[in-house]
Amino acid sequence: MIRVRLPYQLCKLAAVEAEIVLSITGTPTQAEVIDAIEARFPELRGTMRDPASGKRRPYVRFFACEQDLSHQPLDTPLPDPVVRGIEAFHVVGAMSGG
Amino acid sequence: MSKVRVLVGTQKGAFLLEADGQRKRWHIEGPFFAGWEVYHLTGSPADPNRLYASQSSSWFGQIVQRSDDGGRSWRPSSNGFDYASAPGTHQWYDGTPHPWEFARVWHFAPSPDDPDTVYAGVEDAALFKTTDGGATWNELAGLREHRSAPDWQPGAGGMCAHTMLIDPSDTNRLHVAISAAGVFRSEDGGTTWEASDLGLHSDEIPDARAEVGHCVHSIARHRDRPDTLFMQKHWDVMRSDDGGRSWREISGDLPSDFGFPVAVHAHEPDTVYVVPMTSDSLHYPPSGRLCVYRSRVGGQEWQPMAKGLPQSHCYVNVLRGAFAVDSLDDCGLYFGTTGGQVYVSADGGDSWEAIAHDLPRVMSVEVQTLS
Repeated sequence: MIRVRLPYQLCKLAAVEAEIVLSITGTPTQAEVIDAIEARFPELRGTMRDPASGKRRPYVRFFACEQDLSHQPLDTPLPDPVVRGIEAFHVVGAMSGG
Repeated sequence: MSKVRVLVGTQKGAFLLEADGQRKRWHIEGPFFAGWEVYHLTGSPADPNRLYASQSSSWFGQIVQRSDDGGRSWRPSSNGFDYASAPGTHQWYDGTPHPWEFARVWHFAPSPDDPDTVYAGVEDAALFKTTDGGATWNELAGLREHRSAPDWQPGAGGMCAHTMLIDPSDTNRLHVAISAAGVFRSEDGGTTWEASDLGLHSDEIPDARAEVGHCVHSIARHRDRPDTLFMQKHWDVMRSDDGGRSWREISGDLPSDFGFPVAVHAHEPDTVYVVPMTSDSLHYPPSGRLCVYRSRVGGQEWQPMAKGLPQSHCYVNVLRGAFAVDSLDDCGLYFGTTGGQVYVSADGGDSWEAIAHDLPRVMSVEVQTLS
């Protein structure tokens, strides 16, 4: 069980509360979490990763366990507390004014 | 009784403004897609309840929204805008080759007779088409693969296919305007394209009369005179009477021929509207007085129409897609400003009233005339 916290705009788009729960077996990676989010909520396809390049969008960040995981390769396994559902995987819209 | 629905896309969401045919009392709904940029919001001529919205953000990319009930409810449709072939490169601001990258949808052009068929003009410049109401989008790659495309450069707002016209008398005849490449026309439904810039003159590019490279801000036509096109170029207001093959300047006595939108009266094919801005350095009205200019003779001779518009300390702009024309007997005009005002004229431009004063920056305005 993976807990994922989504930013406000993606919650509105998918019509969900801030935290969703995904069932992913094994030791999931960031990419598998995003795959699972997009499979369950097709309206979120492309909002976190550029559909053409597969790269994380520049103003989207992935946090967990008080660490910024954004610069790790997307195929990096998630931290154990996230895999065990103790900590949430946070999808964050970067801070910006205007 | 007739009524109108004005579709307003802003930097922070979309708004629907409705009134009866008098266009005096307005009901405003919104924001829809709050916090997102809505580059364009438009309706199908074949089914006025079918609306399409381009919702985008620098954070989360492109979303396409569709409504089947006139905007009361919306649901996301596909945002799969994948170039159909290896994208190649275009010129970047510094003159170096830059890979073609999808950024956003600037413009939807719904088919006049099928609500499920819509063209989408996008940045980086290309044209996509759906025939299933937005479930899938397929690129008409002939435009992006035009032999001149490696030389195209972005304007300040990006390299965008921002305006598209479908000839209502022959829906295989298409025109697309790209900043800063120029106008392209297709006679075969978008399979093949020809540059359509003969007669344009732009001092801002090395060869002022080059085949491509002109910063065309918008184009418009009257449905009953499909071979006559009007253009607001970066500088210059232009006219073509041969379907865009050649152009001549009609700026005439305008106080400035720099501006963004151009529009044609619903019932008078020679009545044309522009909104002059001071210059490309000063994107605000001359002398701080907001004024629409109307020509009733197809250009050259223009009359200012300022009644009801701010005539002092007004420093807003009117963007290329932010001017619309209804088709009621007393033709109505609508435009939105970068200051968040939306103005209506129910008498062909003679007088204006503000429908809304404090919306976010207005990026697009369309109007539906409903029976």
